[in-house]
Amino acid sequence: MSTTALLGDRPRPTIVLVGHGMVGQRFLEALAERGLTATHRVVVLCEEPRPAYDRVQLTSYFSGKTPEDLSMTDMQFIADHGIELYVGDPAETVDREARKVTARSGLTVDYDVLVLATGSYPFVPPVPNKDAQGCFVYRTIEDLLAIEEYAKSRTTGAVVGGGLLGLEAAGALKGLGLTSHIVEFAPRLMPVQVDEGGGAALLRTIEDMGLSVHTGVGTQEIVVDESGAVTGMKLSDGSELATDLVVFSAGVRPRDQLARDCGLTVGERGGISVDEQCRTVNDPHVFAIGECALASDGRVYGLVAPGYEQAETVAATIATDEASFTGADLSTKLKLLGVDVASFGDAHGATEDCLDVVYSDSRAGLYKKLVIGRDGTLLGGILVGDAEAYGTLRAFTGSVPPVSPEALVLPAGAGAPTQLGPSALPDEAIICSCHNVSKGAIRGAVTDHQCTTVPEVKKCTKAGTGCGSCVKVLGQLVTAELEANGVEVDKGLCGCFSQTREELYEIVLALRINTYQDLLDRYGREDAQGGDGCDICKPAVGSIIASLAPTIGASGYVLDGEQAALQETNDHFLANLQKNGSYSVVPRIPGGEITPEGLIVIGEIARDFGLYTKITGGQRIDMFGARVEQLPLIWTRLVDAGFESGHAYGKSLRTVKSCVGQTWCRYGVQDSVRMAIDLELRYRGLRSPHKLKSAVSGCARECAEAQSKDFGVIATSNGWNLYVGGNGGATPRHADLLAQDLDDDELIRLIDRFLMFYIRTADRLERTSTWLERIPGGLDHVRDVVVEDSLGICEELESLMTDHVSHYADEWATTINDPEKLSRFVSFVNAPDTPDPVVGFVPERDQIKPDLPLLSIGMRPSENPADVLEGSAQR
Amino acid sequence: MTLAPETTDLKVQLQLDDGWFTVCDLNVLLPGRGVAALLPDGGQVALFRDRAGSLYAIDNRDPFSGAAVLSRGLLGAQQGRPFVASPLLKQRFDLTSGQCLDDESVRIATYEVRSA
Ligand code: SRM
Ligand SMILES: Cc1cc2nc3c(=O)[nH]c(=O)nc-3n(C[C@H](O)[C@H](O)[C@H](O)COP(=O)(O)OP(=O)(O)OC[C@H]3O[C@@H](n4cnc5c(N)ncnc54)[C@H](O)[C@@H]3O)c2cc1C
Ligand code: SF4
Ligand code: FES
Repeated sequence: MSTTALLGDRPRPTIVLVGHGMVGQRFLEALAERGLTATHRVVVLCEEPRPAYDRVQLTSYFSGKTPEDLSMTDMQFIADHGIELYVGDPAETVDREARKVTARSGLTVDYDVLVLATGSYPFVPPVPNKDAQGCFVYRTIEDLLAIEEYAKSRTTGAVVGGGLLGLEAAGALKGLGLTSHIVEFAPRLMPVQVDEGGGAALLRTIEDMGLSVHTGVGTQEIVVDESGAVTGMKLSDGSELATDLVVFSAGVRPRDQLARDCGLTVGERGGISVDEQCRTVNDPHVFAIGECALASDGRVYGLVAPGYEQAETVAATIATDEASFTGADLSTKLKLLGVDVASFGDAHGATEDCLDVVYSDSRAGLYKKLVIGRDGTLLGGILVGDAEAYGTLRAFTGSVPPVSPEALVLPAGAGAPTQLGPSALPDEAIICSCHNVSKGAIRGAVTDHQCTTVPEVKKCTKAGTGCGSCVKVLGQLVTAELEANGVEVDKGLCGCFSQTREELYEIVLALRINTYQDLLDRYGREDAQGGDGCDICKPAVGSIIASLAPTIGASGYVLDGEQAALQETNDHFLANLQKNGSYSVVPRIPGGEITPEGLIVIGEIARDFGLYTKITGGQRIDMFGARVEQLPLIWTRLVDAGFESGHAYGKSLRTVKSCVGQTWCRYGVQDSVRMAIDLELRYRGLRSPHKLKSAVSGCARECAEAQSKDFGVIATSNGWNLYVGGNGGATPRHADLLAQDLDDDELIRLIDRFLMFYIRTADRLERTSTWLERIPGGLDHVRDVVVEDSLGICEELESLMTDHVSHYADEWATTINDPEKLSRFVSFVNAPDTPDPVVGFVPERDQIKPDLPLLSIGMRPSENPADVLEGSAQR
Repeated sequence: MTLAPETTDLKVQLQLDDGWFTVCDLNVLLPGRGVAALLPDGGQVALFRDRAGSLYAIDNRDPFSGAAVLSRGLLGAQQGRPFVASPLLKQRFDLTSGQCLDDESVRIATYEVRSA
């Protein structure tokens, strides 16, 4: 077929696109990029009531995105290219003889080229009552709106189908506040993407999230009440599941009816048959792309990336460029309900004679499998629970990786020292599969096109601008390439300061600089001077100023003047922000010791304000669910009863835990409670690079877990042993012994020096454990400095701490006595008495918990607070 | 229900569909921090003032969590364009366009704001 024939005999040949979905839109962009919108009339028939939107991100509607956010169609683009877009007007018939399409409205268009991009429709199994009220599918924005509306007054939902879309739908139902079930006919979840082991890991994690999964059972019938509304479903094992609504997500089928009706060939299981140029096998004037097409390799692709490639192919073919679509990679990486799932290459081991390497830990919800050829070639794999390595592994597919496959799947720490970096990849390895960008192209962007940052490389190569799963590897490659080119990688704190945190600390201390603006204007990067700074340096410098406040002549009150603007949100409201915008309140309970009266006061306050109470992991009590305007009222009562801030919100001392010690315990050799209280009161309020935790145990049995703390103290019959650099959390570290058998004064002097040295030299957000591992010389160096005074700075360190201790004041007591500060504790500056309407609670186990569905709705209609504002607008 | 007393001359005003809506005194806005305001239709707006005195107004709702908290985020700038970082999961939003700088597909509403 020659192209002249394609162009036809009209002066401006016409291209008609049927279907304005994701692939259709990409086709229009590809036409525009090739200048074809100028030489052709382009007519688009779009069935849905809105132009193309991002179907892949559909579920994000339930996490707050609006239909407008999801739109992929820039109306300016449509107008600029003279595209005639008919929204809500589907094509009804095609007369191939006359080359004419007729739409529902009666509109007829003569075409020279017809492109079908009609996508697919959700398959609904033919069970009785499948169309009952309360049955839905999950494909369009309209489907979502209908589900959301119906779910409002309902409590339970079930999804038929445990594939990728079914899990998304189930997550959405859960997000709408429904108890959610997943019914999957296959014996495991996501049968297409993962194998049995992967399905088991996934199942475990999904059940832990509170979703009920029923595998190996089919749906036999939808049960309805007299009004015809869904009340449940009968399953193939004879059981019945009560549910208020059902979402069918049992796969999709190509929408090829229009093509069938005009005599085009379709595959046995559907899909419009096309050749390598995506041209239908019967008619040179008709093309099919996206999910409705049966590609020349015999497959219908249900993913968006192959569809995009087909769109490009057709645009190129119309422009008489060489192009073909012969098949695509089905690799996917998804985050389903927060679980990473990836599969790539020959994931199910279909290649003859291949071997598996499997690592599985179903307790942790981890499953990793690699499929390896006889000669060691990586053929494919499946990752569930941790898909970190996906980017690198996908790029190695088809080659023999330079390290053993075991090393690639074992978790760090389980005998897997080899962290295979992208530097080991060959230049032809594909890093970004969405845009088909090789490692060589990325290196070229850095070396030949002078890109020095990831965003520049993204712009230059398009890598990383699709699904985003390759961005991490991209970042590593860019850094490696820059370093290889001898470019010095900037170690500055942020875009505003070229100094490290340690250098800034020295500047502030030496020059007694006591405002952020002064520091920025004098020592900031040239283009940052006089500006506003950023979210990285403001809290970091705020913390330095607060640590050194008395010494440099700054106010020790973190909400004073300019300092208020530097604080993280939590510090700014002296409370911890929770997921729905409410706050938690943690009074200090030094050493974990509290009187019955103290407990009663906390109990009364929590009861009076309706707060959720919980004993924390830090031996004290947290009260959750306070609205911002309640914080001053709560704290007035706490301060009156003798409590003070527990700094749970600050990068500062949290708790010093204690064991009961010598006073009561038969093994105790020192008074650990007294020491814990003394330490907590001494270091309370001390701002530091990260939070500080401590504990004191009364003997070597270590009931207070002091060796997991930033500074931990264990009693000996001769005094105290001091341990430093311990950490719980994600990367636990046992503390190192710094000094032994110290008396009380020696202990405190050493801790003073240790903490001040840490505050002086650590990076922002660096706990003592990582600091100790990072600094040159490690523990030995720290011991030299703080025990032997090798740098001669111990006197200064001690006097800095003395300054801190003598100037400490409770910031909540200060705040409740300052009307100007108190006026900030409101939800609305123009309606100080009105609470934030999206902060709501629902009962659980006799207490409250955040009302999360309320967050997605915005507010309860009956509580519209705007009523109170009527008439306040000034015109 | 009381409205904040209006004491000084300069007021912060927002452009709504039906005209300028007065929110609060200019001097209530601390440079580098935000406040939230309630709109007549029940919506919420986050207002900010930077060091140079420029005012910004965006939707107060954090689209990632649904919570109305953007007014409590920290301000910063990227290539000279001011942004606020959500206090919950730290996604950044351009204050002039509402574009999320960490997720191209997310953009929130912005409002015209003036002091008068
Ligand atoms: C409330 C509490 C859990 C509980 O219900 O028991 C808790 C809650 C939070 N922890 Fe924790 N941690 C709590 C004890 C702990 C403990 C146990 C302990 O202190 O003995 C640990 C392990 C010990 C350690 O820190 O080394 C702990 C390790 C973490 C970590 C990991 C730190 C690390 O270095 O890896 C984080 C994340 C971080 O700080 O970056 C964290 C962060 C948090 C945050 C601040 C997360 C956040 O930003 O929202 C939570 C907010 C608290 C709030 O809103 O009030 N929390 N957290 C505990 C409060 C203790 C207290 O009274 O102050
Ligand atoms: C919830 C969900 C999550 C997904 N997640 C992913 C993912 O993570 N990764 C991935 O790669 N893919 C994913 N997909 C699949 C992806 O959305 C599709 O592959 C992609 O949308 C296919 O594009 P298309 O243009 O071929 O079809 P569609 O986007 O379906 O567009 C076809 C359009 O044609 C219209 N149409 C049909 N018939 C006519 C007619 N006669 N006249 C006019 N218009 C007509 C339809 O109304 C529709 O608007 C997901 C899909 C869903 C539903
Ligand atoms: S650490 Fe020793 S003193 Fe403290 S409670 Fe345990 S056994 Fe008793
Ligand atoms: S692999 Fe999807 S953006 Fe690169």
